[in-house]
Amino acid sequence: MVERIAEIRAEAEAAIAEASSTAELGELRVRFLGRGAELTLILRGIAELPAEQRGAVGKSGNQARGALEKLITDRGEELDASELERSVSEERVDVTLPGAPSPAVGHLHLITRTRRRIEDTMVGLGYRVMEGPEVELDHYNFTALNHPPGHPARMAQDSFYVAPGSVSAAALESAAVSLDEAVVLRTHTSPMQTRAMEAQGPPIFIVIPGKVYRRDSDATHSPMFHQVEGLAVGEGITLADLQGTLTEMLRAIFGEGREARMRPHYFPFTEPSVEFDVSCYRCEGGGKLADGSRCPLCKGVGWIEVGGAGMVDPNVFGFVEENGYPPDTTQGFAFGFGIERIAMLRHDVPDLRRFFDNDVRMLEQF
Amino acid sequence: MKVPVSWMSSYCDPGWEPEHLAERLAMTGTEVERVGIVGAPSAEGFVVGRVLAVEPHPDADRLSVCKLDAGEVERTIVCGAPNVAAGQLVAVALPGAVLPDGTKLKQAKLRGVVSDGMILSETELGIGDDADGIMVLDDPASSSGQPSTSPGSAGLARPGAAGPEPTPGDSLAELLPVSEPVLELAVTTNRPDCLSIYGVAREAHAISEAPLADPPWSEDAEAGGEGSVSDHASVSVEAPELCQRFTVRVFLDVEVGPSPAWLKSRLMAAGQRPINNVVDITNYVMLVTGQPLHAFDLEGVPDGELVVRRASEGEKMTTLDGVERSFDSETMLVCDREGPSSIAGIMGGQTSEVSDSTKRVLLEVATWDGVNILRSSRSLGLRSEASARFEKQLHPELTMRAQQLASRMLIDLCGARMVPGTIDVHEELPEPRKVTLRVARVKALVGMEIDADTCAARLERLGFGLERRGEEELVATVPPERDGDVTREADLIEEVARLADLDRTLPATLPAAGNRVGGLTREQGLRRLAEDVLRDLGGDEIISWSFTEPGLADGLRLPEGDRRRDVIAIANPLSADQSVMRTTLAGGLLDAARYNLSRGAERVALFESGRVYLRDGEPVVGSGPPGGEFSGRRPPPVLEPHRLGLLLSGAPQRAWRDAGPAPDFFVAKGILEALCGQLGAELQVEPAEEPFLHPGKSGRILIGELPAGWIGELHPLVARAWDLDAAAGFELDMGPVVTAAAYGEERYEDFTTYPPVNEDVAVVVPEGLPAAEVRAAVLEAGGALLHEAEIFDLYRGKQVGEGKSLALRLTYRASDRTLTEEEIAERRDAVRVAVEKIGGSLRE
Repeated sequence: MVERIAEIRAEAEAAIAEASSTAELGELRVRFLGRGAELTLILRGIAELPAEQRGAVGKSGNQARGALEKLITDRGEELDASELERSVSEERVDVTLPGAPSPAVGHLHLITRTRRRIEDTMVGLGYRVMEGPEVELDHYNFTALNHPPGHPARMAQDSFYVAPGSVSAAALESAAVSLDEAVVLRTHTSPMQTRAMEAQGPPIFIVIPGKVYRRDSDATHSPMFHQVEGLAVGEGITLADLQGTLTEMLRAIFGEGREARMRPHYFPFTEPSVEFDVSCYRCEGGGKLADGSRCPLCKGVGWIEVGGAGMVDPNVFGFVEENGYPPDTTQGFAFGFGIERIAMLRHDVPDLRRFFDNDVRMLEQF
Repeated sequence: MKVPVSWMSSYCDPGWEPEHLAERLAMTGTEVERVGIVGAPSAEGFVVGRVLAVEPHPDADRLSVCKLDAGEVERTIVCGAPNVAAGQLVAVALPGAVLPDGTKLKQAKLRGVVSDGMILSETELGIGDDADGIMVLDDPASSSGQPSTSPGSAGLARPGAAGPEPTPGDSLAELLPVSEPVLELAVTTNRPDCLSIYGVAREAHAISEAPLADPPWSEDAEAGGEGSVSDHASVSVEAPELCQRFTVRVFLDVEVGPSPAWLKSRLMAAGQRPINNVVDITNYVMLVTGQPLHAFDLEGVPDGELVVRRASEGEKMTTLDGVERSFDSETMLVCDREGPSSIAGIMGGQTSEVSDSTKRVLLEVATWDGVNILRSSRSLGLRSEASARFEKQLHPELTMRAQQLASRMLIDLCGARMVPGTIDVHEELPEPRKVTLRVARVKALVGMEIDADTCAARLERLGFGLERRGEEELVATVPPERDGDVTREADLIEEVARLADLDRTLPATLPAAGNRVGGLTREQGLRRLAEDVLRDLGGDEIISWSFTEPGLADGLRLPEGDRRRDVIAIANPLSADQSVMRTTLAGGLLDAARYNLSRGAERVALFESGRVYLRDGEPVVGSGPPGGEFSGRRPPPVLEPHRLGLLLSGAPQRAWRDAGPAPDFFVAKGILEALCGQLGAELQVEPAEEPFLHPGKSGRILIGELPAGWIGELHPLVARAWDLDAAAGFELDMGPVVTAAAYGEERYEDFTTYPPVNEDVAVVVPEGLPAAEVRAAVLEAGGALLHEAEIFDLYRGKQVGEGKSLALRLTYRASDRTLTEEEIAERRDAVRVAVEKIGGSLRE
């Protein structure tokens, strides 16, 4: 009987080794280990064997069964892997077809991106971001910024006025202004300087981004555009600090190595007042390109005008004096510039009006 | 302001190239828009010539053939001018010279005679307006004077004019501004002094430290007539609050004629057209001093009586430009006995205009109220060189400067006799202003040390009188022409600082750190997040105009009484289609969709993040940046809630496998849900109609129970009006979103200790029952253990008859135990009862 078991085992081992598919292996499992298989029958009949044979037959029978099971499993894994290999090698897709479209990702407006970049830079320098009303009282847009009625600078910024009657008397009353106080679309983000100082004593470090409106429309003027205002008021703040702050900001926008330059100028709400420039990033401030031609960006000047700035005029502090800003001892700086201008310079946008066409062919470039 | 460099240099010559001068002026506060050239591009090829002989042209009646000595060789030049004669000294352009109009001169054959150059007229040289004949440089009979370039009076001379007689072959540029560099200044409103050539010369002096000549007005003229000015004229000022000073001089025996060439060329270079010597002198003196003047023909002023008063409403006068103008009662007039004679400070009238026949001249030099002049000139739509100066508020002291210089010129150039005396009507004149400068304040404000001596020297060069008070204080007397601009210490600091070459010397420092932390507000952060979500879900952000057309309300079918019709109107819009402030983002989105789809875009997904502008009234709850809640003592006049708007339109995304969905209600709602999900704001949409939305496919957005906008498909009629096939979108108020958003405040929930049990149920309900009600009923019945009930399928068909079947995935969970089958069965029964109560049934 033991010999017979050895024969079966040898036969099975040979058959398993030669099996060429998992299906064939399945048949072999039934044939050698199945319920009607000879080995199974032998093991099942052990009890009927003479007592002295039972041990040897049982041992070799179980050993054979164990060995065959392992062989079949191992061979099965081998065959399975090779069959998968074969079937995988027959599957083919056209990898040159476009991918299944994921939901298209859209685009933030270039003005939004530019504004955020400026905000983030100033936040890094320790400024909070504030916003103010766009429909504004004449008081904040002009008077409190040292543009008294009749001041020529009021006229220079051609304002949109809100039609009388468009604003309710109740709103003007609650603002404690005269009922014939003019209401304008703010011509700059500066009115928020006063509002912010009314709300908070010094020191104050804020930037104010937002829409502003002027009555002007051509390739370089839009009746609506965006500005960023900066205000820093605190002990010992100087014009040199303004220079340093503008330098940091302009470097963050236009790249390391840029310089800021201030040119004396006039604004009613700063004294001294300056306009500020950034050194040209195309010609590195030299005014000439590598081939010796005149730099088209700065027109050979080496500097590009960015905005206006200055030390806050004592008269402006006069309007918020009781909130901790005595004009004779308070000092600080303010600056402002157009976001469109930065975006145009930074991204070669040729015409201001493109920002408000909302043409997706432009929107999707950024 | 156009400043001919040679004219300015006659008072102060820094010896710099015009470009360098322009740069230094710009860096010290006087913006230079450009450096232009008046006349020929270059003086090359322009010489002085002497006419030796003139013969008629053999073949042309009007031409002469001239022999000319123009240095080196004798030349033959064909000339068409009637006044050419032998012996004249003339201006000649040689072949190769480029004329002001850009023509390059060549040797030419004129009717058979070779012409070797050109004898020039004023017009051809671009320095005058006399085109009738050639310019004769030394003809004593000509009005050009002798020698033509010299005004013959101290302080008026051109530099070098007193040099030797010009000889043939000399460069013409030594005599005339052939090619004159001109600085075009953009003068800021605080610097009326730089609207004068001498004022700019003072700036050049302050910057360069080159010497500054005495002001040309420093010497007065001598009266030549008899009697007194009051014999010829009288002045009554009825509105002294608007006319601080009014001065009059009278001149007799005035010979009106063309001005000399030097005067004309200076005016031309400065952009003024020469008219006659009297008018030219008033213009010239205005350009030198910054103080406008007005000359009357005294014959046109009956008895010389002038009255200065406000106009009566609707009063009329014809100005020098031939236009009849009507005034309001705030306009100041200078009147004679019969009516208005000139608009004060703005423009003269025809009745008293100086003409060729004028013999007696009344010269008015006055000081007007700047605010009033600005107002009048704007309301008349009439701006002049004079009003541009007066509106910046001139000092009364300047009047006599102008009288003095003009008097001398009228005597010298028009042969006039000045009647003794000046009528000078004024209220009390202001004392010179004194301002103290503490030197230490300069460093404190500028951040750079500037010592007392340097401060003093700079202020003195700018014309300030100075008094030292100890080491540390300077008391500056402000010159009259700077009176309006320099009133405080800060103004003096600016004067000192602007001359400090800030571009090269100012250090760059940062403010001391202080106690400050930068950052965005929560609202700003949430707004950025919301914009990012809309972008990530496919939206292209647009920025549309804050103003729109009044007709938009009709286009959107808004009924009378709709709050969005209650617009903020612009009093002075650029155009009707930008004349009211928007009350919804819908208009801009629709316009942008049409714009793009009509230009070839197949589909658009547009969003905007911006404000609308609402009259006060019901304040929008928690609306921000918070509309109506801006900081400051005075509340803003209108509400400005921040909104997010989305609009989808166009064909579905095409693809080779799965095409995208058509832009319908549910695509828009999916985006809205994702947005609110990201922000952690609880969203509900309930059926509601909007006039511009499809009545069956629209709803009201509720955020944490607060109404927060609309969502839906566009009404087909509205879609048609914007040329859209179909569109869907929403408008969401950020105020309630910010209030409700849990973003940043989320709390961890345990999900491992007691796992949830999921169960799917199908509910058959009547067609008309909103899914949200079914879900709400299920959730309520499920009680505290039912964590979520998510609708994941909708089925309509025979098996459910008239109704619809909703499949919900129920998630049961308890935080303190593993749920038993019995507990869940109990809940399931409760859900069944609840569903039956709303007219449905649970499908088993």
